[in-house]
Amino acid sequence: MKAARSSQPAWGSLNKIVTPIVGVIVGIIFGSLVVVNKDRSLFMVLGQLFYGAFGSWSNFSASLVYTIPLGFSGLAIAFSYSAGIFNIGAEGQLQLAALTTAVVATSTALAGSFLHIPLALLAGAVVGSLWALLPGLLKAYKGFNEIVVTMLLNYVAILLVSFFLQGPMKDPKAYFPQSRPFLESSWLKRIIPQFNVHYGFVILIVVVLITWFVLYKTTFGFKIRAVGLNPEGARYAGINVERIMVLSMVVSGALAGIAGSVEVMGVYHRIMEGFSPGYGYDAIAVALLANLNPLGILFSAFFFGALRNAAGGLQVDFGISISFIYIIQALAILFVIASNGISRQLLNYRRRLHHGN
Amino acid sequence: MATDLMGMIFSEAFLSSSIRLATPLLIACMGAIFSERSGVLFLGLEGFMLMGAFFGFLGSYYFGAIPGILLAIVVNMVIALVFAYATVTLAVNQVVVSVSMNILAIGITGAFFRGLFGAHTTQLLVDRLKVITIPILSQVPVIGVLFKQNPFTYLGYILVPVVWIIFFKTKWGLKIRSVGENPKAAETMGVNVQKIRYISILWASAFAAIAGASQTVGNLGMFVDNMIAGKGFIAFAAVILGRFHPLGTLLTVLFFGLIDAFQLNLQAMGSTIPYQFPLMMPYLFTLIAFLVAGSGVAPKAWGTPYAPEQ
Amino acid sequence: MAPLLEIKELRKQFTSVLANDKVSLTVEKGEVRALLGENGAGKSTLMSCLYGLYSMDSGEILIDGKKVSITDCDDAIRLGIGMVNQHFMLIQKLTVTENVILGLKNPRGPWVDYAGATKKIKKLSDRYNFCIDPNSKIEDLPVGLQQRVEILKILYRQSNIMIFDEPTAVLTPNEVLEFFEIIKMFRNEGRTILFITHKLNEVMTICDSVTVLRDGKTVGNVLVKDTSEAELARMMVGREIFLKPAEPAKNIRQIVMRVDNLHVKGSMGLDAVRGISFELHSGEILGIAGVDGNGQLELGNALSGLAKAYLGKVEILGIDTTHKKPAGLHKLGLSHIPPDRQKTGLIMDYSVQDNLAIKEINRFPFSRYGIISRKEIRAHSQRLIDSFNIRGCWPDSWAKQLSGGNQQKVIVAREFEQKPKLIIAIQPTRGLDISAIEFVRGELVKQRDAGAAVLLISTELDEILSLADRIEVIYEGAFTGSLPGHSVDPLEIGLQMAGRKKAGTCDENEREAT
Repeated sequence: MKAARSSQPAWGSLNKIVTPIVGVIVGIIFGSLVVVNKDRSLFMVLGQLFYGAFGSWSNFSASLVYTIPLGFSGLAIAFSYSAGIFNIGAEGQLQLAALTTAVVATSTALAGSFLHIPLALLAGAVVGSLWALLPGLLKAYKGFNEIVVTMLLNYVAILLVSFFLQGPMKDPKAYFPQSRPFLESSWLKRIIPQFNVHYGFVILIVVVLITWFVLYKTTFGFKIRAVGLNPEGARYAGINVERIMVLSMVVSGALAGIAGSVEVMGVYHRIMEGFSPGYGYDAIAVALLANLNPLGILFSAFFFGALRNAAGGLQVDFGISISFIYIIQALAILFVIASNGISRQLLNYRRRLHHGN
Repeated sequence: MATDLMGMIFSEAFLSSSIRLATPLLIACMGAIFSERSGVLFLGLEGFMLMGAFFGFLGSYYFGAIPGILLAIVVNMVIALVFAYATVTLAVNQVVVSVSMNILAIGITGAFFRGLFGAHTTQLLVDRLKVITIPILSQVPVIGVLFKQNPFTYLGYILVPVVWIIFFKTKWGLKIRSVGENPKAAETMGVNVQKIRYISILWASAFAAIAGASQTVGNLGMFVDNMIAGKGFIAFAAVILGRFHPLGTLLTVLFFGLIDAFQLNLQAMGSTIPYQFPLMMPYLFTLIAFLVAGSGVAPKAWGTPYAPEQ
Repeated sequence: MAPLLEIKELRKQFTSVLANDKVSLTVEKGEVRALLGENGAGKSTLMSCLYGLYSMDSGEILIDGKKVSITDCDDAIRLGIGMVNQHFMLIQKLTVTENVILGLKNPRGPWVDYAGATKKIKKLSDRYNFCIDPNSKIEDLPVGLQQRVEILKILYRQSNIMIFDEPTAVLTPNEVLEFFEIIKMFRNEGRTILFITHKLNEVMTICDSVTVLRDGKTVGNVLVKDTSEAELARMMVGREIFLKPAEPAKNIRQIVMRVDNLHVKGSMGLDAVRGISFELHSGEILGIAGVDGNGQLELGNALSGLAKAYLGKVEILGIDTTHKKPAGLHKLGLSHIPPDRQKTGLIMDYSVQDNLAIKEINRFPFSRYGIISRKEIRAHSQRLIDSFNIRGCWPDSWAKQLSGGNQQKVIVAREFEQKPKLIIAIQPTRGLDISAIEFVRGELVKQRDAGAAVLLISTELDEILSLADRIEVIYEGAFTGSLPGHSVDPLEIGLQMAGRKKAGTCDENEREAT
């Protein structure tokens, strides 16, 4: 009788964790090298980064705050990419969602109601999924490149938000383009009063678990991953490939929408233009480095959130542009994907040597 | 309002600005076509253009306009080698690598810009290529504006026939086209698929550099974060809409230039339409064009990594 | 005088199969040599090595008595070797001229003299009566003319060793005759022709000599004038059937599937299946024999919902299933073993247990209210692993970690565990070792005896011979004439597979005897 243990070689799954970590380390080192000059050594930069990320409780809390929107948008990208569709439109989806949330959150009709928070979140999720529906349909039924479509929609979305915040939804009392303040019943309050991490973090953990569950424990997730791995095999097995692709985009858009909603409900209690420093794009690295695994995304989002937090501190204190974190992201992604490619080549090469092919 | 609009559209100024605005798209497309036709998705076009803009600016700041352009080309080609290695030699997912290129570009340009120039974010002007008016030809009514343009635009004029000739009259062009359609068949005819793809990618990156540089060293004379603002994606879309053919792409790009000129003029006219809507027009029109014209038929091996069998 | 071409003990191994086992042959200048053999005999591999598409593991190639090294197609082309592939290596969107001159190095720098080349090609085309307009695009040309473009490619490069891989596979009988005239012209010009084929009549018609390959080894070298079709068929096909033939069916009952005048288009836009009709009964195995490329793949795809038939009807248990998709067919009790286990049959990156459950994932007990019951899936797969003796894996091993044979076992286990009413098995033992082959065949028979209707499509002749209760031979998209199973003369099948109709059947495509 066979023992009920896993057949997967231990190094295989370890590799999935080790490679991204190494990739990230490589990225950090080279990315930080860019900002090194005669006044500050690499060591100093790394040290500052580390301190800024977790050096104090308030820094740590700030890192957690960044983790929240990155986590949701990372989940969004992971979900759609599990079906083989690259949803780069997370940024636009989360911005429009935040805008819609603002409408609900400033609505006096719901003031004081316990439904205020759920409805505000729901509004964001719905809008996010609608904005992702079109690219999903185009990709599934017409094979249109989803990257181009979602990117274009991103620009449109950001402009729409800008219009609303400078126009119809502008807070008449404010000088900057921003909405009226949200009513308190729609706020995601701080978990601990002295630190700015808010209940959105709790929601994130819950959603991460739910997403993980859906992807790995439900028939829906099973079909999504099958389509992403082998659409032809999935079709032969009776799966409706097109429908799964569209549904995955809808869910992905909803998740991205929640990213935006949670951010404005928890951090600013209003929406202003430019509230997102590009979470939707950070999310690409977050998702890819976590291998599209929701649990991994929690850690990956924390990492990139902490990085952004620390880099932000570097910008304020030393005038170092925060953009270098993008170098880190890009290098980490390239490292991971290249090492996968190289190991595949090595495998082929070894197989050829073995069998004289 | 309507008569104002008509007056605006049918003016020489409008034609002139359309051509001017189409220029970066045109140059970028003429480069990207090579990569696309050889079967490699050049989605990193946005990032390469951004780097071209920045390094053109950088080089111009220290050495002058022309050295700036050269610097942009060199930097782009070096980075493109990484891209080519990943997509052609390692044959990994072209989409992910392209997206990484875009992210990398934002990082490099942002970090270097702030790092080298500190907090002087605006009004850092550099030497740029000025408009060159070609005698006689520019006196011709209407189309005379074609000859009162920036050297970049003139480059664009030359590029279209050059690209056309390369594709349809030279051995290299024939090889590129065959590699993009059926790399296996090309291989049986003795064509080195990998070499062709590498060269095509390098060419595309070089022209993306020039296209990006046209924004800093050509028009504005200054660099702003993320100044490409999606033109790279529009250019990518234009290649598809132009059916991967230099002439088709030229028409598409001109159309986009018109739209861009239109929306700029709309803003300048002081109409009551909030500025965001005209700004949206290029993106929306690209999307609509897609919906209407479809994505046509791409080179058959487009986006598929090719690993030669043994 | 040294022979023009000599291949000495060429050996070529792929991962699991020894394709060429010390093959030797000698060809004189001006000979038209046939390479005869069944699917998998090693003919294509041998010629691919000669043309530089593959590199041989060991052996020697001599041209004009001198040893040569051929590492890529360029080397071969330079030595005057040209190959016309069975699957055309043409760029559909380009013109004839462009396809012909691709890759040529000329001294005129980067410029291509399209006009000059076009003239030369037109002259070549006229010389051999090809009737080709060099400016036309490949995708606009009918298949017969496309093949001529392939020939023009090698003529343009002045190849005097010409390899043709199953050249008449895509030609109509008329085009075949024209093709033979062309070959005769080449021979008269002193070129040497190597002709890969499985069609006996063509061998007898046009070739001077024959090399017969079987299972990667040379079986015989004869002159055409010294042999006959029957003898060639025996050499090509005759081997001891080392696997025990199945017991004939004992309980053939009602009709399960009825196919009526089915027409399916193939990948090149031509008809791949031309009006096939048959009935399949519960408790019998109907074997469809035929050489690869005669429409069996398209037939199988159409019957299992992966391809569309544009004409005709399919009925399963009285229900019209002509346009049903795989999920619907599965509900009716149809089981499908696809020919490509890695691309279609399995999701390689999924575990064995997931692959075993995938077709039924929506149903109890694998899932309840949309939630997967891992325990049930695992137990189910463990049961199947044990009862079907799938080796080298645990339930959560990835499918891609298994050997080919065990992968096929997974598919078989999944399909047969449900006791299907109808089984469509296409090339079920391709690429498997002996024990796996035995296993799969045994399972097919077991299902048949349990009452399933089995449609077996295979290019392995002895598989058909040992399993089928009834045999149809598919040739060029149509059936050539039913044969009874189990007691049929293999020669008779061999002849039908190679194009000869059964005596007495109507055939408007009758070949002219030569």
